[in-house]
Amino acid sequence: MTDSPIDHAIFMELKDATGADFAAELVNTFLDEAPSMISELKAAAGKADADRYRRAAHSIKSNANTFGATALAELARKVELGETPEAGDIKDAIAMEAALNSAATALRSLIDD
Amino acid sequence: MTDAPGHLLIVDDNKVNRLLLSRSVELLGHQASVAENGRVAMEMLSNQPFDLILLDIEMPEMDGFQVLEAIKSDTDLRDLPVIVTSSVEGLDNVVRCIELGAEDYLPKPVNKTLLSARVSSGLEKKRLRDEQKRLLERFATTEVAQDLQESGFSIGGKRANASVLFCDIRGFTTLSENLAPEETIDLLNSFYTLMFEAVTSNGGIVSLMLGDGLMALFGVPQSLSNSAQSAVAAGHEMHSMIEMLNLERRAEGKGSLKIGIGIATGEVVAGYAGTDNRATYTCIGSTVNLAARLEAETQKTGSRILVDQETFDLLEEANALETFGGKKIKGFSDPFDIHAL
Repeated sequence: MTDSPIDHAIFMELKDATGADFAAELVNTFLDEAPSMISELKAAAGKADADRYRRAAHSIKSNANTFGATALAELARKVELGETPEAGDIKDAIAMEAALNSAATALRSLIDD
Repeated sequence: MTDAPGHLLIVDDNKVNRLLLSRSVELLGHQASVAENGRVAMEMLSNQPFDLILLDIEMPEMDGFQVLEAIKSDTDLRDLPVIVTSSVEGLDNVVRCIELGAEDYLPKPVNKTLLSARVSSGLEKKRLRDEQKRLLERFATTEVAQDLQESGFSIGGKRANASVLFCDIRGFTTLSENLAPEETIDLLNSFYTLMFEAVTSNGGIVSLMLGDGLMALFGVPQSLSNSAQSAVAAGHEMHSMIEMLNLERRAEGKGSLKIGIGIATGEVVAGYAGTDNRATYTCIGSTVNLAARLEAETQKTGSRILVDQETFDLLEEANALETFGGKKIKGFSDPFDIHAL
């Protein structure tokens, strides 16, 4: 499953534990919320606000782990633990946005099954 | 183990986490409420009771560490179990949560089996703590109970100086023979209500109820500036209350009650004794035996209150109605000087 941005075993476990309908609802909530988390990350990077930056990355990591979005989670974890970038450096934020987008596509197809 | 459903407060700034934890908790048969940060959680906690908190650490406005500190410094909330659910990095942060009083730590994403086990155990702890509080409040005033809770009362025994008071209704068996069973219980209930009031309003606790009598402790578990004075004040109050009760009873054409009181002061061993399921705060030692004997002695001397020398010496206004010097007391080899008040 290395080619998928989602670890299917983790996602299936979530689905089994909470029910397919609920898991779908949860994915949709995440997809609704995720863009604002990325914006928050970019805004914090713009101002070099270390706390906000770390917290935004932490939030994305936490959700990514829930859905088995391992690549996104790993990236978010690195950002959370890493140095705060110079003000205006949104390189990491853009990388996370890309990882999020591919995770989102995969999640959408999983709940449409 | 099937537990009684609990009401949990889920504190997390992330909507996905709040939804998922609520769902997991509800699937376990519990009720869930949510707060999106620490400040909102503290507001909710001050408005309604919860049984357990699932607390995130990273949150804006008021984070999980601050919530833990606020909860543990609040006497009404400090016994509320808190399980930290977080994906916070670093073992030092986990240690900090535990040091701040968190019951447990569950890494996110939360494993459902672990969640179930931790929630059960947290709710069980809450139930036991509530039970302990209720037990304590049954035997002590709210003030004493709270005081004990704050000082972290110990189940183990300790030596302490205290005054022990025994009080008994004289000839109750004869009296109750002429009463209907309901009337007997009613009378005992009135008696106990009045006696508890006299004891607790003077800083004591009722340690035992024995048929038509009781044993009260002054100076333990809560220390008093003058336990003898408090015990004697309670004794006088008991007599005035019985006189008031008798006025009512006589107006209803019923017979009067008479009580006898014995008080002794000295070293006792005090602590919780009993089994895990049923324990009471009690005292043992010769001071206790002496107080019980003095109470029995009131029947012979016809005194209202009999006190030992040590109690008498501690009284601010010591006016003995009568002093019995060198009195032999059953169970004690040396004679005592005892005083009627």
